[in-house]
Amino acid sequence: MASAETWDGVPLAPPDSIFKLTAAYKEDTYPQKINLGVGAYRDDDNKPWVLPVVKKATELLLHDPALEHEYLPITGLPEFTNAAARLMLGSDSPVLAEGRVTSVQTISGTGANHLGALFLSRFYSWPEGKKEIYLSDPTWVNHFAIFRNVGVEPRTYPYYDPATIGLAFSAFIDALKNAPSHSVFLLHACAHNPTGVDPTREQWGEIADVILAKGHYAFFDCAYQGFASGDLEGDAWAVREFVRRNVPMLVCQSFAKNAGLYGERVGALHIVSPSAPAATRIKSQLSVLQRSEISNPPAHGARLMALILNSPELFEEWKRDIRTMAGRIIAMRDELHGLLTDKYKTPGNWDHIVNQIGMFSFTGITPEQSQALTEKAHIYLTTNGRISMAGLNSHNIEYFAGSLDKVVRGQL
Amino acid sequence: MLAVARPLVRVAPRHALRAAGVSTWSHVPAGPPDPILGVTEAFLRDKDSRKINLGVGAYRDENGKPYVLTSVQKAEELLTAEKLDKEYLPIAGLPSFTKAAAKLAYGAEQKHVQEGAVAVVQSISGTGALRIGGAFLARFYPHSKTIYLPVPSWGNHTPIFRDSGLEVKGYRYFDKGTVGLDFAGMKEDLKNMPEKSIVLLHACAHNPTGVDPTPEQWIEISDIIREKGHFPFFDMAYQGFASGSTVRDAFAVRHFVAAGHEIALSQSFAKNMGLYGERVGAFSVIAEDPEQKARIESQLKIVIRPMYSNPPLHGARIAGTILNRPELYTEWEQEVKGMADRIISMRERLYDNLVRLQTPGEWGHIKRQIGMFSFTGLTQPQTKALAEKAHIYMTADGRISMAGLNNGNIDYFSESVSKAVKGEL
Repeated sequence: MASAETWDGVPLAPPDSIFKLTAAYKEDTYPQKINLGVGAYRDDDNKPWVLPVVKKATELLLHDPALEHEYLPITGLPEFTNAAARLMLGSDSPVLAEGRVTSVQTISGTGANHLGALFLSRFYSWPEGKKEIYLSDPTWVNHFAIFRNVGVEPRTYPYYDPATIGLAFSAFIDALKNAPSHSVFLLHACAHNPTGVDPTREQWGEIADVILAKGHYAFFDCAYQGFASGDLEGDAWAVREFVRRNVPMLVCQSFAKNAGLYGERVGALHIVSPSAPAATRIKSQLSVLQRSEISNPPAHGARLMALILNSPELFEEWKRDIRTMAGRIIAMRDELHGLLTDKYKTPGNWDHIVNQIGMFSFTGITPEQSQALTEKAHIYLTTNGRISMAGLNSHNIEYFAGSLDKVVRGQL
Repeated sequence: MLAVARPLVRVAPRHALRAAGVSTWSHVPAGPPDPILGVTEAFLRDKDSRKINLGVGAYRDENGKPYVLTSVQKAEELLTAEKLDKEYLPIAGLPSFTKAAAKLAYGAEQKHVQEGAVAVVQSISGTGALRIGGAFLARFYPHSKTIYLPVPSWGNHTPIFRDSGLEVKGYRYFDKGTVGLDFAGMKEDLKNMPEKSIVLLHACAHNPTGVDPTPEQWIEISDIIREKGHFPFFDMAYQGFASGSTVRDAFAVRHFVAAGHEIALSQSFAKNMGLYGERVGAFSVIAEDPEQKARIESQLKIVIRPMYSNPPLHGARIAGTILNRPELYTEWEQEVKGMADRIISMRERLYDNLVRLQTPGEWGHIKRQIGMFSFTGLTQPQTKALAEKAHIYMTADGRISMAGLNNGNIDYFSESVSKAVKGEL
């Protein structure tokens, strides 16, 4: 019978690295401790924030007499996926009108990345049959595991330039040019995670030029639409520009951050095809893939989001809530920049704090300095110097700026 | 008159053809419609007022409507009032839910549960649990990469396990002749399998047949499996829903664990809590001790993280609330019994009707089978005729969801089946 030895060979897997950071923060009793590892929005009192519009939608849903918990279709709630596609691509997008977009509801952004990667691993015509994805250096750490898990080997392309604390643009373009034709490149649509460094519109144009010339495939990951600049339309610019220029592409879409729906797992995958019949065939294949993993996606979060997206008043309210969040982040960036540049006159140029965009900022400090901040000042951040701006607020920003100043001067 | 040839297919505009990699997806074939979920799609397209959907296994009340359990409604109201946040769950899910799910399956007093030796993670309902389990076994079960399914089994089992990296084979289960269990065949196949094979067992209310082993037969099955060192992987999607008693329906699972088997278990709360679309489930493995449990859970998390990071909140909170609050738990148990009882009464009524209509054949299996589904014994041509002529939809293998029958449609259904069998449709 299945006995004690059955599982002897199962090794203890290392815990998620962010988990260790969070656990250490929780145990720390220092009154001024700060958690800058968190990838979730916090309000000015460092509390999770359920968007007011989400609360409204929740009440509406709960009191809807037609409320039930039936299975969604395999590809998800149509009222959600259609509206999500319009949000991403623009409601007047010709590709939508032509029926060339396949939209499937997924388990948030991770689920969309996974399904998109899985679809490509099964159906993409890989150059020389080699399944490889080009990820930015650095990128969200889970991207590596997602692609490896479906048999696609990650490679990296230059992205972040530590010397400028900005974009390594010419190296990026070179990598696009040197990759075999028809390679697959993962692009962050806006608010690059973890650096906060985004290409300018002009740079996006040049990136698209090379991608088209080389016949590459653009795998967009969009987890921060609206959250980056505060403007939903503006943050979708790169995706829509690539669609306009007919770059072969897909988009992974998450509502975790911009709608604060994190644990409800609300997302979508949109694949743009050359024709409507192709889009239909692709939908059928995505259904087959989805069916053997989850059967159909979770209903609650999608229902909330569908209400919000399809009601003009709720949609306006959502935009206001987004501006609240993005606005607070931007205000923290401005304030931190001001403290470092004007008050403390911390050595170095700190303009990247306000030039970077989204929830995260690559401060530019070294791993040793990051560690010192944690060990001496009880400020928790990842060793690559990345901070979550959401963890800063009016109560702790002075303490953070002062500690950052000290660590840069070697005085911590 | 000018005859203008109209193109049957709209060709994409030239700029699209030139640039958007016209060859990128041109080789992608159309995937087949899902054999189960496709039935509902066909049903929805039908405009006939007499139409009946007996395809997908979702409970319907006496009026043919989806049934939201009052215990679920109450739990949802309680949760809304608590004004909880929407932060990410841990990768392994909501602890208050997973602990309670394990207690429900194994018994709160069970040794491994008490000792913290049950590795358990929240899953995307039963499908997700099976998928996590399949992937875990494919990676870590040392003795085999083949899983044996009963013939027949739920249609989705095969793609789930294949895509997890396991080879899929079958063991005899359903006897077409008796419309019951082929117990001798099952035992023989279990004995002939290579030692230490992975064997999938439906804990109760076998899908699609509705044919379950008796408790005595389960004990024999357990003994054979022990002799051969096989690994039992239980799929329990209907606990409480089959007999009306959550304890009775867990007999096989609990017996195996008490008999010393270290099993894996997939649990679904889709049917017994009516939480279908909220995707509430759990996957568990009986471990030797807390240390082994920790190692197993750590690897289950590695399976989950690159697929979807962490599971959805809403359904797990509802299920956790019901399982952890005594008054709601009691109310829930009563509601599950109510659903099971209605199904049982439909079985009896259908049997009585078919006999009264002098329908050729033996129909006792309708009453003997258990759970939501019944393998009617109808042939593929007959099920096709029922769809096309009588607007009655079921899967091609003759499986009907009893939940789709009610006092309003059971007579029309019985008459149509009788005609189909007599070749009079």
